Amino acid sequence: MSRANDSWFNRRGWRDTIITAPYLWLVLFFLIPFIIVIVMSFAKTATQSPPFAFLPDWPYVRFETYERLFTNSVYIRAGLISIYNAAIATVLCLLIGYPMALSITRANKSMQRLLLMLIILPFWTSFLLRVYAWIGLMGRNSWFNKWLTSAYNVLVPGNWELPAIQMMNTNFAVVLVMVYSYLPFMVLPLYANLEKLDTTLNEAAMDLGSRRWQVFRDVTLPLSIPGIIAGGLLVFIPAMGELIIPSLVGNASDPMIGRVIQQEFGQNRDWPMASAVAVALLLMLVVPLIVYNHFEAKAQAGAKS
Amino acid sequence: MAESEPSPSQGDFIRIEGVTKNFGTFKAVDNVSLNIGKGELFALLGGSGCGKTTLLRMLAGFETPTAGRIFIDGQDMEGVPAYDRPVNMMFQSYALFPHMTVAANVGYGLKHEDMSPARRQDRVKEMLAMVQLSHLADRKPHQLSGGQRQRVALARSLAKLPKLLLLDEPLGALDKKLREHTQFEIANIQYKLGITFVVVTHDQEEAMTLASRIAVMDRGIIRQIGAPSDIYENPNSRFVADFIGSINMVEADVVRVDGETVEVSAGQLGAHVKVLAHGWSPGERASLAFRPEKVTISRKKPAGAVNVLKGKVQDFGYFGKDSLYRIKLPTGHVLSVNAVNAERVAAEKAVATWEDEVYLTVSPASAMLFRSEA
Amino acid sequence: MKQRSTFLFSVLAFGLAFLYVPIFSMIFFSFNKSRLATVWGGFSTQWYGKLFSNSQVIDAAVLSIKIALLSATMATILGTMAGLALARFRQFRGRALMSGLVTAPLIMPEVITGISSLLLFIMMAEWLGWPGQRGFTTITIAHITFSMTYVTVIVQSRLAAMDMSIEEAAMDLGSKPWQVLRDVTLPIISPAVLSGWLLAFTISLDDVVITSFTTGPGYTTLPMLIWSKVKLGVTPDINALASVIVTVVAVGVAISAVILARADKRRERDIQMAIAANK
Repeated sequence: MSRANDSWFNRRGWRDTIITAPYLWLVLFFLIPFIIVIVMSFAKTATQSPPFAFLPDWPYVRFETYERLFTNSVYIRAGLISIYNAAIATVLCLLIGYPMALSITRANKSMQRLLLMLIILPFWTSFLLRVYAWIGLMGRNSWFNKWLTSAYNVLVPGNWELPAIQMMNTNFAVVLVMVYSYLPFMVLPLYANLEKLDTTLNEAAMDLGSRRWQVFRDVTLPLSIPGIIAGGLLVFIPAMGELIIPSLVGNASDPMIGRVIQQEFGQNRDWPMASAVAVALLLMLVVPLIVYNHFEAKAQAGAKS
Repeated sequence: MAESEPSPSQGDFIRIEGVTKNFGTFKAVDNVSLNIGKGELFALLGGSGCGKTTLLRMLAGFETPTAGRIFIDGQDMEGVPAYDRPVNMMFQSYALFPHMTVAANVGYGLKHEDMSPARRQDRVKEMLAMVQLSHLADRKPHQLSGGQRQRVALARSLAKLPKLLLLDEPLGALDKKLREHTQFEIANIQYKLGITFVVVTHDQEEAMTLASRIAVMDRGIIRQIGAPSDIYENPNSRFVADFIGSINMVEADVVRVDGETVEVSAGQLGAHVKVLAHGWSPGERASLAFRPEKVTISRKKPAGAVNVLKGKVQDFGYFGKDSLYRIKLPTGHVLSVNAVNAERVAAEKAVATWEDEVYLTVSPASAMLFRSEA
Repeated sequence: MKQRSTFLFSVLAFGLAFLYVPIFSMIFFSFNKSRLATVWGGFSTQWYGKLFSNSQVIDAAVLSIKIALLSATMATILGTMAGLALARFRQFRGRALMSGLVTAPLIMPEVITGISSLLLFIMMAEWLGWPGQRGFTTITIAHITFSMTYVTVIVQSRLAAMDMSIEEAAMDLGSKPWQVLRDVTLPIISPAVLSGWLLAFTISLDDVVITSFTTGPGYTTLPMLIWSKVKLGVTPDINALASVIVTVVAVGVAISAVILARADKRRERDIQMAIAANK
């Protein structure tokens, strides 16, 4: 055995304990459960406990759930709604979060610290309660809804006037609350990225005759693409699989995919179907990540040469 | 551990025998053999990636040689982990423990020795006094300046009185003034304690002032070992001559050999030059080299001298104690020449100025011949 | 180039208002006398009184804190080990799988984590006879699993940024591997370990989806209680509970921010002094 680099971290007993304990834990409580889900997606419901069964003979597995997944419009629709909602929420977070992050970098150091704390603070409070706060605002009797309704009524012709805007139990509410919940995830990586940019680049561009918006377009924006991608993923990924928000403020007839999984598993007791939808959702999340990693690797290879 | 006391060099206190280190397919150190005497201040000099740091880390025990053996004070180091070696290291980044005070940093290594707390404290005090930091014993590393951190690192690595101290670019992070001061301080401490020092550096001036012997390394092999003056005045190869200091180098053909005097024809100089050298025969290709300060520059043709070249001052730079001239020969080749400004004179009365015609003289003893390298 | 832009600052102001108006509105209506949570009926603190005398809420809060303390501590131990393994062991069998296992829970939707954990416990009960009843243990196991990877990510990035020659220096001065870990590595990464613990504690305290899948009869955590009440609509007592939680968190974060800012300033001053002293 080569004893190269004989540091504390390469001695036998220590090494084995430090690796094995977390490894075993993750295999037992994360990898095996996930394998169970994959296997389950090839079974069929049965009236027994637990409520599923495999074919008695070779090849044991059934592809029926996946057939239903691609033929039944419920699942396809839920997938599309999820992508739609997550994408809109990501774009809105970017539109609000980018100027916020940029303006934080322009403040002085102690002000930056305070502003960042204000952005992070809601994250440390309960997620559920932040959703709850919006339920209060969106209700038909709330001051916010009334205020919004009167603003709307001023703007539209008389016969379009509404007694109150229907906000709760709509897709709009889902997107709004997702933007609210995930905005810090967009602002923080963008800030980290923008804060590192060399301001002399802006000065150089100005010195060479660029106007301020041209400096932004030619210098700041291209250099902040890594931050935009990181923030976008941090919003898009959890938004895709969101369960709490659509369950509390969404419309039951336009379900997002997380809600479908829960319904199949809970109300319908169709564990194989719930598993198949879960596998599909995971694939939808992994694909953008692979694309991102690909670009990241390419960018790093480019930086090295 | 026995206290080491200054004693005359014994040639093979540290023996490196045919050591090779591969990282994958890359040969970082290639079959290096080297002996270092007790109490010596030895420098490994070379550019980045030449293998000097890898060699140092093998002495410390952080890397294991792929082949070859290392002996320290007669003991084979194979299989001896870093923490059991009588060797300490001063890291390039200093690697001070950020969460410990200066005194705790210096005393850390002593915790592993069989030593009473009182003696340990005394030793820490002694070490801090030696590097003149006694007043900062309770500070944390981030409260120190770069020079102070460097001295804490030195005190910490010496506290255990190792048989061998390794210094990785010890002055690399200091500014120029502090560097000159610290060079002498390190040399003094080494002389006082008599511990063997091995310094790794890429800075030839640092190596020259600090070390009693220097090994010049290049691409994993040692090109020359010798005293600083040896390496500068008698480089054994074109590479070493070029690497150390600045030099004028042209291609030449040997035309005549007369005892110790070799006459070469250098096309780029448009002249024949006589060189004191041996082991050459007519018809051989050679590189003719001479250092800028070994050339005499004059406006009048020197009477009776050999190796006189005529040229025009193309450019010159005034550095105070000396001036550097760029002289263009009739062939178009440009030579560098150093002249000491021994007297106080106004610029226009200097030895020469732009477009002046001047004569250059190189004595046969100052010129060198090298075989070309593949 | 620090220049003011009206546009940027108005978006910042809008964004902050967007983040805080719902929270302040919620706190405001917690002092509402009326039973109708969103229509103002006069000032009252009655909901706070009812909240603190509601044993159901207190029990749920105590259970949540117990689970969060235990799971955050376990997650920190396991997560730190995984971080050390990934940052300091260049090669070991299954390293690629391990780094995958450490990142996967971060992107895994909570529904899937919840269902897969539940399926594991059902299968284990089926084949091994354990766990017979789901509850405290199963919730804690599930929380440890998904929060330990956050600790790993934090510890791993701290270790990656740490100068490895500091560990080598300790070894060079005679420390055996475990002494290097105890004297140097762990003290230096301890801030990262602490923030990992805090994050694990918070996610455990906040989780509702995974908990709802892995819980059993009689074990209702605070978020689950809130969930069941919120589904029925907005009520002033939830407003009061929310206000208490928001206030506790805000005060905690503010205090730690002040402490951190002070430490930073002291450090900066020290560095300035050291530089000045050297000149």
